[in-house]
Amino acid sequence: MTSAETIREITRKHLKENNGVALGQCLTAVGWVGGTVPEMTVEEGIVELAMADVSGGGIAVGYALAGRRPIYIVRYQGFQWFNAAHIANYAAKSKELWGIPCPLFVRSIGMDGGMGPVASGSHHGMFERMPGVFIVAPMTSGEYRKAWDFFMEHDSPMYVSEHRTSFKIDYEMEDVVHPNADVTLYPISSTRLNAIAAAQELAKEGIAVNIVHLFWLKPFLADERILGPLESSRHGGLIIDGDFENGVAKCIGFDIMRQSSKKIDVLCLEERTAGFAPHLDNLPPTPERIMKKVKELMTRA
Amino acid sequence: MASTLRVYNKHKTYHRFVSRAGFVKKLDNRIFRCIMCVMRSQDFGQISRLSESFSEDENLEVFRRICFIRYFELKVKEASDKKLIKAPIYLSVGQESVAAALSMVYQQPKIFGQHRCHDVYLAYGGDPVALRDELLHRPTGCAGGMGGSASIHSPKIGMVGHDGLLGTQVPIAVGYALGKDSKEKILSIMGDAALEEDYVMAATAFAAFKKAPILFICLDNNLSVLTEVKVRRHWTATDLAKAFKMSAVEITDDPWLIMRHTAELQQNLPALLNIHVVRHLWHNGTGCDGPPEWDRFQMVKEELARIGLKEKSENIEKKTEEEVALIWQPEFK
Ligand SMILES: Cc1ncc(C[n+]2csc(CCOP(=O)(O)OP(=O)(O)O)c2C)c(N)n1
Repeated sequence: MTSAETIREITRKHLKENNGVALGQCLTAVGWVGGTVPEMTVEEGIVELAMADVSGGGIAVGYALAGRRPIYIVRYQGFQWFNAAHIANYAAKSKELWGIPCPLFVRSIGMDGGMGPVASGSHHGMFERMPGVFIVAPMTSGEYRKAWDFFMEHDSPMYVSEHRTSFKIDYEMEDVVHPNADVTLYPISSTRLNAIAAAQELAKEGIAVNIVHLFWLKPFLADERILGPLESSRHGGLIIDGDFENGVAKCIGFDIMRQSSKKIDVLCLEERTAGFAPHLDNLPPTPERIMKKVKELMTRA
Repeated sequence: MASTLRVYNKHKTYHRFVSRAGFVKKLDNRIFRCIMCVMRSQDFGQISRLSESFSEDENLEVFRRICFIRYFELKVKEASDKKLIKAPIYLSVGQESVAAALSMVYQQPKIFGQHRCHDVYLAYGGDPVALRDELLHRPTGCAGGMGGSASIHSPKIGMVGHDGLLGTQVPIAVGYALGKDSKEKILSIMGDAALEEDYVMAATAFAAFKKAPILFICLDNNLSVLTEVKVRRHWTATDLAKAFKMSAVEITDDPWLIMRHTAELQQNLPALLNIHVVRHLWHNGTGCDGPPEWDRFQMVKEELARIGLKEKSENIEKKTEEEVALIWQPEFK
């Protein structure tokens, strides 16, 4: 089963059995958001919102207060600059302020390249600084189910940093850990695919890298799965993200570093605005960039 | 026109410095007529002798609620002036008639208010002691001390907390209304400035389109902090509602007028009621910029006297003042 099919089935079940709703703009348009939205009707719980991104977020929050556990779909993560307002300022605070939970499941879809300065990339860093929101970045069906089950068992808003490339993935991704690796990679979202590709190439050159997949971004727990492989890596670790570096990557890097004796570096979008021309694009770290960075880390003590 | 505008822009300064000299009223009125959309007045939309169409009990009860809010707010002012309150406060002095009248007619709604809403909380039966404690930063406050003046709430009366960002209560109310399967009535209250927030307009439009059962109230005190409506926009709340094909009425804050229109509008929700009110004190805190444009509290008393309820209303006022004083008494020892 692909991730897209899993998301669609979770949504269908939620609408049918839990009196849930799925809200967003242009949901029923061509493709039903990459096949992740079930072809259901307004009466069945699909809410087509007007093209008013800021108020749309507020309306979703209202549905959450009404107990509908809305799935709020934002088709490009860049649009979160508008949609996030009520989620970060209201849903995230409601429980602490008034003891009233406001659970909504924000499906925020990332897509890399070719979308210029606005719609490209992941933007989970935007929510990283806000208390009261959980952040996950699932790439596989299993992870998606984990995120959903957690959401249904708790009453906090959840920011789900999705990525279009995950939709067709129909397998799970296991961590790769060597007894004495050179570097441990901690890739997030779509960069996990690039990290796997880079690791395979590096292996051909005799460089062993661990891959510890990051799915839970916030709250971030640096447990043995995270710390163990790093401690046995000669040249420390590298967080890889498809967002800018001053967000999740540096926060997680700090959390790991303060519990370990090893150094952590980050590799993210470049610190510049993407243009529409292909040569001006700003893509998540490619396998080549990851390989180059690993080799650079290997030169340090 | 240009010179008139210049005069107008200095209006606040004139008002502060010249009003004390006693001749500003004339100047004010002239500027008012030149530039102001002529609507705003103490009798806009007024229907004469309307109070006579309500029962004595109703007339006295709405007055009791007005009194309660007025005297409670004056105690908050006193507590603030005595530095017992250390956080910002948003007082409803002068605007009491709206919440009082609404609560008489639009009963048991889910309430989405904004930062200035002690009046709504009290009119709809929120526990005054819990509000007092909230303002005094105590864990026994209605929001455990987290809300302060601007973010109070009360699940018991169906009042949802506000996060302090202007107008957020409107889209949230719309989502709530649409998300509720039952036809629960919703009250969404905003100020004349909040109405201008882009997300408020968009959410109001969506509510109209989806026929959400919401009564939108625009508590129009003509001010966003100190900036008047006429320097911010050239349209009215009813213009907006009309564009969204939603019923809307613009009136002054006469409580009987509010009760009459609310009774009518609630038959056909969503609807919007823009009510001209006068905020007697500063946007935040207890300061005062001079005599109010009008004092509805006084006018209501005069109307009650006119219809033969002078003595009864005076008794109510006295009793309510004492009741409120008792609530605050322990704090002023
Ligand atoms: C999003 C946002 N923008 C600006 C403010 C600052 N602000 C707080 S109250 C206020 C004016 C409110 O006027 P109105 O809505 O008419 O209500 P009133 O205070 O007059 O009762 C402003 C501009 C805010 N709190 N939130």
